[in-house]
Amino acid sequence: MKNKTLDIIGKKNLYFALSLIVVIPGLIALLLFGLNLSIDFTGGSRLTVNFVQNIEKQKVDKIKQALISQNIKVYIVEQSRNQVFLRTSLINQKQNIKFIDALTKNFKDAKETEFETIGPTIGRETTINAIKAVLLASVLIILYITWSFRKVPKPASSLRFGVSAIIALIHDVLVVLGIFAILGHFFGVEVDSLFVTALLTVIGFSVHDTIVVFDRIRENLRRSSGSFPQIVNDSILQTLDRSLNTSLTVLLVLFALLLFGGETIRWFVVALLIGVTSGTYSSIFNASPILVVWQEWSEKRKKITK
Amino acid sequence: MKESPRFLFFSIILLALVSIFINFPNLQKISLGPVKNLNIDPSSFLRTFRIGKNLEFRRGLDLKGGTSITFKADMSGVSPSQKSDALNSAKTVIEKRINFFGVSEPVIQTATVNGDSRIIVELPGVTDVNQAINLIGTTAQLSFWEQGGTESAKTATPAAYPLGIVEVLGPAALKTSLTGNDLESSSVTFDQNTGNPQVQLVFSGKGTDKFADITKRNINKIVAMVLDNQVIEAPRVNQAILTGNAVITGSFTLAAAKLLSTELNAGALPVPLSVLEQRVIGPTLGIESLKKSFLAGVIGFLIIVIFMSILYGRLGVVASLALVVYSLLVLSIFKISNLTPYGITLTLSGIAGFVLSIGMAVDANILIFERIKEEKRLGKKQEDSIEIGFSRAWPSIRDSNISTLITSAILYEFGTGVVKGFALVLAIGVLISMFSAIVVTRTFLRFFYEK
Repeated sequence: MKNKTLDIIGKKNLYFALSLIVVIPGLIALLLFGLNLSIDFTGGSRLTVNFVQNIEKQKVDKIKQALISQNIKVYIVEQSRNQVFLRTSLINQKQNIKFIDALTKNFKDAKETEFETIGPTIGRETTINAIKAVLLASVLIILYITWSFRKVPKPASSLRFGVSAIIALIHDVLVVLGIFAILGHFFGVEVDSLFVTALLTVIGFSVHDTIVVFDRIRENLRRSSGSFPQIVNDSILQTLDRSLNTSLTVLLVLFALLLFGGETIRWFVVALLIGVTSGTYSSIFNASPILVVWQEWSEKRKKITK
Repeated sequence: MKESPRFLFFSIILLALVSIFINFPNLQKISLGPVKNLNIDPSSFLRTFRIGKNLEFRRGLDLKGGTSITFKADMSGVSPSQKSDALNSAKTVIEKRINFFGVSEPVIQTATVNGDSRIIVELPGVTDVNQAINLIGTTAQLSFWEQGGTESAKTATPAAYPLGIVEVLGPAALKTSLTGNDLESSSVTFDQNTGNPQVQLVFSGKGTDKFADITKRNINKIVAMVLDNQVIEAPRVNQAILTGNAVITGSFTLAAAKLLSTELNAGALPVPLSVLEQRVIGPTLGIESLKKSFLAGVIGFLIIVIFMSILYGRLGVVASLALVVYSLLVLSIFKISNLTPYGITLTLSGIAGFVLSIGMAVDANILIFERIKEEKRLGKKQEDSIEIGFSRAWPSIRDSNISTLITSAILYEFGTGVVKGFALVLAIGVLISMFSAIVVTRTFLRFFYEK
């Protein structure tokens, strides 16, 4: 085994620090700016207008004016060569008909290709469901790991495995949320219901990765008789090739999706890229070291009480 | 099992072949030279089971273009015990209206969320959301009004009167018990004298009686027909009509007459609807997304094949073969599912879920191969290493995949639309990937390393 000399557990504090360097700025951004929520959560409308010819600034202003004159607030305007994308306050059916009329009156070559309106009720619901889903998934995964590792030999306890996996998971969720809070504030990147999907996928992947390492620890605890930190370190190293190869494969596929998958899923893929990278990191450098830290703590406490 | 890798191997090959025919039903059109002379027509096999023609991917609106509208049904006027009945009959009415509208493969669902009753309508190919809402949301309530006999009938507030009723029937107009619900059917006919389109009404048995009564007591008086709170016609009754037939002559264009007839046929909506959410996706955008994600999928797949072959050599090539089988199986399931009531609709996020599940399928193989490598390093024989590698890797594969299944189940439960599609595809992908990693890859390896 080529990596036999690598001591991950010995340098665990360094790796924890590295995680914090990424998590803390994100957390600050999350608290200061929050996420840039899309109409999926807040309610509102978004529409896309396509032109046959190229767009000048004048056209965009006219479009905006057509909306503003109807008391519709325009939040975001983006334009490409022959497309204008707008995010606005709630547009009702009558207003939309008027807007389309104005569009055909002002431009010969304009067409509303996409129109989406989400009422505030649905928005609130999506938010609540997203939070519910993340929490419930976490709880069920803790329970499953606790159950699945119930026969783990002493000195480890199965609940610790579950909780450590969830700490690693929370780490990954925070990394993704934090980076998107920063992206949202400085680059206007929106968080929509696809983002929730990405987040939940990251959760799945993170736990998936962590379990593979934990599984090895369980197996090695049964078979060898080294110290607990030593066994954990060995287990991480034994699964290192697998972890890196799998992540690399998934990341390569995600890069393919990023480059060729089109604009609709771009930020979804970016969220997954960040999450998968973080998930791999946390399963190697956070989840298992946490087991060791926990172990050391409880041993210290035992000594003190004695 | 270990004794007969051949049997399993050929079963898997057969399964893969069937999947190929399901996924590419046009394959027999490609001339294969001598094979053609053998007169093998794979799709005839499918046709025997009467499933050939329906096997298509059901694409979601984001890949096909179309309109999706979520209505909220206002249940304030309905007693709690009848709410679900009212919702279902509203759904039926909407279904009828859409069928008359001529949309292929519409999806109409009802949902109750936090006590709110909703109807979700998806219309592929329809891009005029306003027209769609008008068609679905209008009430088309037909009623018949007569002149009030006495002044006392005046108590009704004029505000509740339909538009134009006072002008034709005077201030004491009365609503009769005859409504659109008493209609048997309606159709578009043409006035024999003028050739103008008109709407022919045929009343049900009860309606015929009511109509006869009304016409009897109103001879030489005016009876007004009111549609959606507006007088559309106020003819003078010349004689009692006992046959249960009536005609709305109005001054319709052919299209307007057809629409009215359609609405009358479909019946009135039992509850008022309001729009909660609407989306229109342009058809070009949908097809573009489909092309792009398909391309991304193919490229992603090729990357995996190259990567695995570089990392694990022959093992990697075998895994790639298993991956091909895996993809064929999943795609077949998508198609076959459409024959059942639980059809899977392929959306953009679903494709993302599929690509992700390929990644997880690869992970299972990587787990196994790393174990095989380890065992070989310990000096074990190739075949023994393979067997041990598989059994050692299994707990990891099982636990990690079950946690993914838990996540997808929760996503499916709580998610809406986009998220649901993703979760379903991911779950199917994970299940098949376990089969692929354990059964397919192992059988291939046993077969290739068999002495």
